Amino acid sequence: MTRLVKGNEAVVMGALLAGCQSYYGYPITPASEIAHTAARLFPQLGRTFLQAESELAAVYMVYGAACAGERTMTASSGPGISLKAEGISYLAGAELPCVIVDVMRAGPGLGNIGPEQSDYNQVVKGAGHGNYRVIVLAPNSAQEMCDMALDAFDLADRYRSPVVILTDGVIGQMMEAVTFPAPRSADVAKPWAVQGTRETRPNCITSIFLDFDELEQHNRKLIAKYETIAAAEQRWEGYLLDDAEVAIVAYGVTSRETRSVCDRLRAQGIRAGLFRPQTLWPFPKDGLRELAARVDKIFVAELSMGMLVDDVRLTLNDGRPVGFAANYGGNLLKGDTLLAAVREFMGK
Amino acid sequence: MTLMEKIIKKPSTMYAQFERKPGADKENTHYCPGCGHGIIHKIIAEAMEELGIADRTVLISPVGCSVFAYYYFDCGNIQVAHGRAPAVATGVTRSNADNLLISYQGDGDLAAIGTAEIIHAANRGEKMTVFFVNNSIYGMTGGQMAPTTLIGQKTATTPFGRNALNEGNPMKIAEMISILDSPVYVARTSVHDIRHIMQTRKAVKKALQAQRDGKGFALVEILAPCPSGWKISPQQNAEWVEKNVLPVFALGEFKDEIAQRDGVSRARTTATQAELLAVLGLDSEEHVFSPRNEVFSRMGILSAGFGGQGIMMLGQMLSLLGMRHGLSVTWLPSYGPEMRGGTANCSVVLSRDPIGSPVVESPELLIAMNGPSLEKFLPRVAPGGLLLYNASIIEQAPVREGITIVGVPAAEMAREAGSERAANVVMLGVVAGWYDSFGPEAMQSVLADFFPKKDLLALNTRALDAGMAWGKKMRTGQ
Repeated sequence: MTRLVKGNEAVVMGALLAGCQSYYGYPITPASEIAHTAARLFPQLGRTFLQAESELAAVYMVYGAACAGERTMTASSGPGISLKAEGISYLAGAELPCVIVDVMRAGPGLGNIGPEQSDYNQVVKGAGHGNYRVIVLAPNSAQEMCDMALDAFDLADRYRSPVVILTDGVIGQMMEAVTFPAPRSADVAKPWAVQGTRETRPNCITSIFLDFDELEQHNRKLIAKYETIAAAEQRWEGYLLDDAEVAIVAYGVTSRETRSVCDRLRAQGIRAGLFRPQTLWPFPKDGLRELAARVDKIFVAELSMGMLVDDVRLTLNDGRPVGFAANYGGNLLKGDTLLAAVREFMGK
Repeated sequence: MTLMEKIIKKPSTMYAQFERKPGADKENTHYCPGCGHGIIHKIIAEAMEELGIADRTVLISPVGCSVFAYYYFDCGNIQVAHGRAPAVATGVTRSNADNLLISYQGDGDLAAIGTAEIIHAANRGEKMTVFFVNNSIYGMTGGQMAPTTLIGQKTATTPFGRNALNEGNPMKIAEMISILDSPVYVARTSVHDIRHIMQTRKAVKKALQAQRDGKGFALVEILAPCPSGWKISPQQNAEWVEKNVLPVFALGEFKDEIAQRDGVSRARTTATQAELLAVLGLDSEEHVFSPRNEVFSRMGILSAGFGGQGIMMLGQMLSLLGMRHGLSVTWLPSYGPEMRGGTANCSVVLSRDPIGSPVVESPELLIAMNGPSLEKFLPRVAPGGLLLYNASIIEQAPVREGITIVGVPAAEMAREAGSERAANVVMLGVVAGWYDSFGPEAMQSVLADFFPKKDLLALNTRALDAGMAWGKKMRTGQ
């Protein structure tokens, strides 16, 4: 079933197809259509939509719903994610599965509502306090907003972890054709849930471990889980990489412009390709290292002040110069600008 | 059972051994001698036992001295962050409407950092019972001032005594909550002596019973002694409360509408797969048509004008047309304050191949519905491109070399079709007529989606047909 929908609508429809039972959120541009769509659809299906009194309350309602064992979600944009950060740490500490969508806008502070990718460090590095990770998916189309919503709930349940769908104002606001998959069964056994039943009465969900040794054990358990995820869940997509002399790393809206720029560079005789992380944590290190072994020139394009490029440099870890282009403030990285920067990097 | 045995017996709703408690002592609570929490725990556990609700009960442990309430209560347990218990309880009760939720909170947790959460949970009338333990101090964190700390009371952060001018007055939560419409029962009791413990017992049971009977939100504020924090001996508790606390915090039932209320039910329903697809609008196949020519195999379009002219819809209709002809499409609006500032524009890309950037820098087709947008975007039209402008509003014909410029009397044609508001559909018709790529059936399928009402569909069909005929004539001269 193909429909023309906004990214922000697609992510909600994907969530519903994944069996998401509740949506708790607070309005913020450019994520508000997610709340609007959820407000319209969830109640019609006998599921819960609730506009919370704050971003904090919203993330903790999600905490409660996740404790009850159901698929649940919230969505926001940077300023709201900052407020939710506390809850994300608690969700990770208590190992509660849920999905959080961040439709990035420009910052810092109130910034503006234009697209940016400057929540990268906040989200990819975890946002809140303590030793933890969250799985971060990075869609670059309305189709992926849907598909990754389904994936996100599966990953969340499989690893008992919050999953963030990190996107930007353009991908959220843009309409594209989306082919919707069939509804997926959400019947995942959650024997740990607290459901107000005789069977679950002995259960207790907490993130407090007063005893240092016990908390050390808990940390080690989480870290082992993150290692498993890092090994199993790296995702990326390549475009024109087979014969590339330069690989441009970009995600989200920037990867869309980069794809066009790769075509234009090739028309000008520079064999450019796109390496697009679809998971930002775990970062697709294996794929990038493999690529970097045969492509000397690596370039990074992002709408943030050198956040993605840090992870690329860490991954390469060989001191080679990495090309870089960025833009900020709600303005996209223009194709002409990126094209010129890559040409300069290539000395052509 | 003797009376004494009955009094000291541990209820079945408290764990026989406190296995979750670290250390060797699994018999005693972690609370200080003379603390009110132990008494309150027992009162709540007894009420759970008497009401037979333990299996269905989920207790939320807060942050503060009662952070470890889950050591003791034999029911479902969830421990949460400081102040957030009512929000977490909301998520749980909305998930399982037949659960009984207990939010056990202290005065720092509920009355300071969690003020928003408690007010709004109460205001929504969430099905939960809040036991608010007011001992006028932060215990666990080291005896700092609470919102309920008394005027003149010395704490770690009010070493010279609480001063109303600096720290405000003791906050009266029970009174505050009672003025909201939704709560069914709000009371303040105390546990500083036997008589008051018996009153507390009654209030606690009443509040839980109200929830069991589906009545909704109840809050019992319980004044509790904290001799460690107050720096007195437990023997002085009662005297201290009588002298210092009761004059400020009046006891009593501030609201009791249990009998009058019908109760609330937020039980979920389950939709079938067919219902799910119907609600999502995925229960019918998408139309597919063949384009009549290749003009849209790659085209960037900008549609711009005033907010309210149907600019966004025009772009969406074009996108949907493209999609139904098997093309890749993107539609990207200018969003946010711009929308409210009076001008609106959207970019549409139609392409045979996957689309990279959805941003249209140099449109092959510019549809300008008003003067400001014409002025803004005219210089950006790609060489060889087409400008369709709304000649009904834009009086002076624009000039630019190397592009085709066509003034469309859109408003007049729309008025003739029945309403000036259909000018955007006239423009769509002109685009279709000019390029002659989309067939009438496809156009009709798109219109039907956008205008489900019969009369509007008829009007817009007339507008579309007029635009198509006009566009074709302009292009071909026939």
